[in-house]
Amino acid sequence: MADKTALARQFIEALPHAVLLGMEPQDMRDGVAVIRMPYKDELIGDPVTGVVHGGAVSALMDTCCGAAVMSHPEISGGTATIDLRIDYMRAATPGQTITTTATCYHVTRSVAFVRAVAVDEDADNPVATATGAFTVEGHR
Amino acid sequence: MSPRKPPEPVQVIKQRRDAALRALVDAVPYIRFLGVVFERRGDELTGILPYREVLIGNPLLPALHGGATAAFLEITAVMTLNWSYLWEDLEAGKLDLEGTAPQDLPRLPKTIDFTVDYLRTGLPRDAYARARITRAGRRYASVQVEGWQDNRDRPYAQATGHFVMPASRE
Repeated sequence: MADKTALARQFIEALPHAVLLGMEPQDMRDGVAVIRMPYKDELIGDPVTGVVHGGAVSALMDTCCGAAVMSHPEISGGTATIDLRIDYMRAATPGQTITTTATCYHVTRSVAFVRAVAVDEDADNPVATATGAFTVEGHR
Repeated sequence: MSPRKPPEPVQVIKQRRDAALRALVDAVPYIRFLGVVFERRGDELTGILPYREVLIGNPLLPALHGGATAAFLEITAVMTLNWSYLWEDLEAGKLDLEGTAPQDLPRLPKTIDFTVDYLRTGLPRDAYARARITRAGRRYASVQVEGWQDNRDRPYAQATGHFVMPASRE
C-alpha cells in the first residue's frame, strides 16, 4: 500500500495543472486524500477583496477527489471526473492556505462516489464542500 | 417634430464596449493566470481558453485538467452574468469602466454553487465557452454554460451555477 501512496503522490506532482496552481499533496491512502494550496496572488478572483477565485478552489477539489479515488484499495489505474458539484459556503480568507480533504466513500465496478471539504486556517468553518462521481477504470 | 438624435458612430460604440470588457477581464488575476480571453459580438461573450501544456491534468492521454475546465466555465459564467448586469448602465453612459482601477470596479456576483458535467475528454487544444442566463433576479441568478472544442455540436463540458447578485450600486 505504501507504494501506491507514493505513486499517487508522484502522479499528482506530475500533473502540470496541479503544479501550476501550487498544489501540495499531504496524504493519500485508503480512499482519502488531503491536498493543500497555499495562497498566491495569481489565484485571486476578486480584485477588491483579494479572495481566491472559485475556479481555483474547483481545481483543487477536483484534483483531491481524483486522488482519493486513485488511492482507494479496490481501484487500480486512473480515473476521470464524471461530474462535480461545489458549494461555496464562504470566501476563503485572503493570505491563508486552503486545505481539502476528499473521501471516496463508495465504489462500484464503474463509478466511484466522492465527497470533499475545503477549509482555510479556520478549520471548523468550511470554505466549500464538493460531491462528485468519477470513472473506475480498473476494479480489483 | 424635433429632429431625432443621430446614432453614435459604430467605432465609438465598439471602443466603449471593448474598453469596458477589457477593464473587467484584466482586473481578475486568475483569468490572466489561466490565459482566458473573451470575444464580443454585440452583447454576446465567448470565453476562449487557449491551449497550454500547464492545463494538462492527465499527461498519459493527454487530457485537460477537469479543474481547468471547471474554472474556465465558472469564469465564463461569472463574466457573462456581470456583463449582462452592467450592460444597460454601460450603454446608457451611466457607468464608465475605462481606466477604472481594479479595486474600484463594481462588485462581482458571488458563486453559491457550481456543478460541472464532463461529457468528453478535454483535448490538448483551444476550448470555447458561452453562458446563458436562465434567470436573473434582483438577488439570485441561475446560469448555464457550455464548453466545446473543435465542434460546437459536441460540447466537452457543461455546467450550471447559482449566484448571489451584488447589492445595487445606487
